[in-house]
Amino acid sequence: MMKNWFKSGTPWVWLNAAAISICLIMVIGLVGLIAVRGMVHFWPVDIYQFQYQDGKGEKTIVGEWVDTVILTAAQAKEAGYPILNNADHLEQRLIKTGNRDLTGMDFRWIDAQYIKNEQTPEDLIKIERREWGNFYGRLKAVKENGKIIAEGDAAYPEVLPRIDHARYLYEQIEHLQKKEIGAINYALERLRLKQRRLELEGALDEQAKQEIAREKAEYQQSYQKFRSQIAKLNQAIMRDSLVAETGNGQTVEIPLKKVVNLTRPNAMSIGQKTAEYLRQFYAFVTEDPREANTEGGIFPAIFGTILMVMLMAVLVTPFGVIAAVYMREYASQGFITRVIRIAVNNLAGVPSIVYGVFGLGFFVYFLGGNIDELFYPEAAPAPVFGTPGLLWASLTLALLTLPVVIVSTEEGLSRIPKSVREGSLALGATKLETLWRIVLPMSSPAMMTGLILAVARAAGEVAPLMLVGVVKLAPTLPLDGNYPFLHLERKFMHLGFHIYDVGFQSPNVEAARPLVYATSLLLIMVIIGLNLFAINVRNSLRERYKALEN
Amino acid sequence: MSEIIEKHMTEKQHPMASPGYQKWRLMKDKLAAYGVTGGGLGVIVAIVLIFFYLLYVVYPLFVAPSAEPVKTYSVPVVASGKTVFLSMEEQNEIGARFTDTGHIVFFRIADGQPIKEEHIPLAENQTITSFNHGRLDKGVFAYGLSDGSVIVVKTHYKVTYPDDVRLITPEIQFPLGKQPIQLDTQSNPLTLLTLRLGEDESTIVAATADGRLMLSHFIREESLFSDEGDFERTDTALDIDASQIAFMLLDKEQRDLYLANRQGDMMVFDLTDKTAPKFLDKQHVSNGGEITAMEFLNGELSVLIGNSKGLLSQWSLVKDEHNHRTFEQIRAFKVSDHPIVQISPEQRRKGVMVADNTGLVAIYHTTAERELIKQTLPAAISALSLSPRANAFIAQTIDGKIHFWHVDNEHPEVSWKSIWGKVWYESYPKPEYIWQSSSSSNDFEPKYSLTPLVFGTLKAAFYAMLLAVPLALMGAAYTAYFMAPEMRKLVKPTVEIMEALPTVILGFLAGLWLAPFVELHLLSIFSVFIVIPLAVLCFSWCWQYLPKSLRQSIPAGWEAAILIPVIILATWFAFIISPVFETWFFDGNIKMWMKANWGIGFDQRNALVVGIAMGFAVIPTIFSIAEDAIFSVPKHLTVGSLALGATPWQTMIRVVLLTASPGIFSAVMIGLGRAVGETMIVLMATGNTPVMDLSIFQGMRTLAANIAVEMPEAELDSTHYRVLFLAALVLFVFTFVFNTLAELVRQNLRNKYSSL
Repeated sequence: MMKNWFKSGTPWVWLNAAAISICLIMVIGLVGLIAVRGMVHFWPVDIYQFQYQDGKGEKTIVGEWVDTVILTAAQAKEAGYPILNNADHLEQRLIKTGNRDLTGMDFRWIDAQYIKNEQTPEDLIKIERREWGNFYGRLKAVKENGKIIAEGDAAYPEVLPRIDHARYLYEQIEHLQKKEIGAINYALERLRLKQRRLELEGALDEQAKQEIAREKAEYQQSYQKFRSQIAKLNQAIMRDSLVAETGNGQTVEIPLKKVVNLTRPNAMSIGQKTAEYLRQFYAFVTEDPREANTEGGIFPAIFGTILMVMLMAVLVTPFGVIAAVYMREYASQGFITRVIRIAVNNLAGVPSIVYGVFGLGFFVYFLGGNIDELFYPEAAPAPVFGTPGLLWASLTLALLTLPVVIVSTEEGLSRIPKSVREGSLALGATKLETLWRIVLPMSSPAMMTGLILAVARAAGEVAPLMLVGVVKLAPTLPLDGNYPFLHLERKFMHLGFHIYDVGFQSPNVEAARPLVYATSLLLIMVIIGLNLFAINVRNSLRERYKALEN
Repeated sequence: MSEIIEKHMTEKQHPMASPGYQKWRLMKDKLAAYGVTGGGLGVIVAIVLIFFYLLYVVYPLFVAPSAEPVKTYSVPVVASGKTVFLSMEEQNEIGARFTDTGHIVFFRIADGQPIKEEHIPLAENQTITSFNHGRLDKGVFAYGLSDGSVIVVKTHYKVTYPDDVRLITPEIQFPLGKQPIQLDTQSNPLTLLTLRLGEDESTIVAATADGRLMLSHFIREESLFSDEGDFERTDTALDIDASQIAFMLLDKEQRDLYLANRQGDMMVFDLTDKTAPKFLDKQHVSNGGEITAMEFLNGELSVLIGNSKGLLSQWSLVKDEHNHRTFEQIRAFKVSDHPIVQISPEQRRKGVMVADNTGLVAIYHTTAERELIKQTLPAAISALSLSPRANAFIAQTIDGKIHFWHVDNEHPEVSWKSIWGKVWYESYPKPEYIWQSSSSSNDFEPKYSLTPLVFGTLKAAFYAMLLAVPLALMGAAYTAYFMAPEMRKLVKPTVEIMEALPTVILGFLAGLWLAPFVELHLLSIFSVFIVIPLAVLCFSWCWQYLPKSLRQSIPAGWEAAILIPVIILATWFAFIISPVFETWFFDGNIKMWMKANWGIGFDQRNALVVGIAMGFAVIPTIFSIAEDAIFSVPKHLTVGSLALGATPWQTMIRVVLLTASPGIFSAVMIGLGRAVGETMIVLMATGNTPVMDLSIFQGMRTLAANIAVEMPEAELDSTHYRVLFLAALVLFVFTFVFNTLAELVRQNLRNKYSSL
């Protein structure tokens, strides 16, 4: 019976089916894992208050309950944790306690067996700060110029508008410092380079010198103006502060300048939590990172990724299409073309890091070095294009995705029925006209598919970018209001690299982990979206050609 | 009819039909043809460029070094005495000639013009009886005098830029004071000496004419006001007969003292305690001749010994398992059949230049075991100096001439053996494969063995393929042959999405989520591999006994969908029972148990994690190509087989898989290519330690990850930079070969199908 069953091969078919099921489970599980972990990051979770008594005495621990791990007794023993009452397992909870300025750490593991009781009192507050991470505790009082103006329950409603005001002032200061003073610094640097250039050319006469000195003085003057404005704002922003108490009764005073946001998650309704969730998400995609990228938003990374990918698309499309058109329409379909086709196909399989190495050696050091020598002698010894940057990253990725575009376009060209071409030629159109008016428009969805796939690939690629232009923290965006607006030589931030850097290079991996999940989710959504779109375009295209052929 | 048309045309000629326009059209067509051909070829050239550029950067590694004579001139200021030592300054502009009368003649290297002459201050009754150099890169020299005293000088080259032109001015300094230091209280002449000066302490060892060996140790005393002169001095006499000793070396740590006589008996002393030198080891080191020259290799961990038979050998103190140091020969080079008279080590790399007594000079690199340059000068050489950057040398011949040569020797560290073979590095107990590329110090011996990296690459790829190949191929076979078309329409895009997932996300999950998870649930992970197949078999066995109505409610080809809950349940079950098994069989902790019973260590970021994560990345690649190959097997083959009474499974195995096997082969090849070149996953999911250990519980470092880690720090055009390019080239060639093979197989298959 059993033997016959095995002989029929049915179990093998089932096992084969299991293989594809496992693959599906893995994909869906992985995307689900990232989706869940990425999405909960913004949800305002309850703040717990644990009465905790271990061998060292009793204390109150306040914080967010992040994770739970259950160890078997033996594993606990290996790790050196004592187990009470001969329990067969040990539950450990990871609590985000914040208050890094006071305790030196953001997280702590606690043993569930020592917890006397746990509560979620409504008056617990969470303060997101510009430095030292979150604060958890209770709000005690609000101060203005050092004098208490509200205490106890009255403090919470009093502090919120003041935080908004302080944030408004802070944004003004930021704007002045980054935009206005940044522009002045940029202009001064350009002046310096201009002077150096004239000097090298031997054209630095008295008149030019005076001109430069005059301009410099002008800039200095407006710089002074902004500085005094900033000083005034700084004074205004230092007016208010709040007094808060940690779980253990330690009182701290926090100037509102340092406060990004203050919430009482335990007192929030579902609706309020949703609003807070959306606000947090919005802040995540629009704000700059804080605290070595482990907190705040990822706007520069999103911006850098999009800009780089767009540049790459502009570079790769014409070349990819021309190469495909050449191979399919112009080259004679002989041995050479076959070899070329194999080579192009192979390039898609060449490791991306090899492209990175090529980009660094050829584009950055060779091309960039020569460009610097020819066009930017005044900047020496500081490199302009002779260092990794946006242009080189885009070029490298264009080269990397070239095979994708070529292969996809070629496929599109090959699917166009011969009859269509012949009809056009028979009506007296030249080859170019046939190509331009008939073939290319018909195959444009195929090119589109190729381009979308290329963009999706480029958006997720990190290894080559690490060599040719991505940095963990770029001081300025590659696109800004200073002439020539698009700064191709600048380094930029990238979502994929951000994930790598924050997840693996940051000093506070535990604190940054939710942020990495959120970034991953964003990246994955973009890439899956692009791919699904490309697949759809391709499928509808195939249907259309089938109809044409019949 | 035709008349009408003719009339029509003549009456109203369309402007576009004018001959000029026709010409323009044709011209445009031609131009476009050229343009597209040019553009297309350009793109293809750009692609080829990648390969050639990599080759171009790597090529200098394998260029044979060369040396060429620049100038020959007479020894400057012959009247100042016989040359005992020559030295060169950094920029190869100024040389110094130390004479036996205590003169130091600085001269222009380019033409031998004397620039300046200094001499050491000697009293009436003092004559020079011995001379030696300290660390070459520090320019320290010492004279032993006839009254048992020592005078130490240091050459210093001051660099200034008056009018933007470099000007180098030589001068001499007296780091231990201008007054000779009385080393031997009995005032016997010093016949041999060696010394090393440090920041805080200095040591001088000297042999006296009556056969005693004196050691003086100076410790600089904290002084705010003066740089010179304040030393606390300790004297010790070594209890050996020094009359036979001909060579003496003290390392820069002032710890190991090497003494040798001409017959080849070498004694090593440990001077950690300067007041009580300890005998370490005694060896016969002459290799069947007499010792004719002895110097340190750069870094001063190895001693280079030249003998009268023309053999140059490298010896070093090697630690054995009891941490006891013994003096052993590391390697040897046969220079010629004549005695080696001069040894001049490089000052920044592990190279060395030697000369024998016939005028032959040769440059070797010890780590790479390469003979780089061999040239012959017209006469025997009496003094030799390799420049600090090792790009030039000057040699004085016995006929009173100085020869100035340029040396082009950029990358001596690389040889076939140093890249792929086992190399005995300094301070290692035996030859090993090691990758350790950079360090801040000049004394560092770079270790460029690609073997551990290639090993790591293959290991990571192997474990990834172990997971990916069965899953992908079985899944492909099912999807292409058994699956219902509706489900296939869902599965294919899902797998395509799987392929598109950025590897940085896979790597991040592998490193931060999977690795700790696996560490905590190790046994569960392994049991999953057993439980799932068993559960699937059990389920399918039970399936046939289910009521027919239930079975028929699910159409054929949807088995994979039904199995999803089964597999999830089985996984859950595996995670439930594993802790129980762990308590029963493995004392509750399988990692400790493995360590105790099998001696297997566990690294959190290990090959298992990489295998799972990279397997995940490779599955879709293999799946897509294999599925394509299986799906396009001509239908009449399978129909024929089924008609002859074969079961679907038999048809699958005997007909479909056999026909599609070249396609499956190419799928596996391409998958392997991807696994080999994958960077981010291994970078994030392994510890990146270049170990050679096959264990699934240990990490590795792959070629790709190594490039990603080290490339940003590699200095442009340095050996390290080029070796990393070599690693990239290896990756490129490897994947290119595999992919081409796969592509050819696939194209042949396609032709076969179309003929079927």
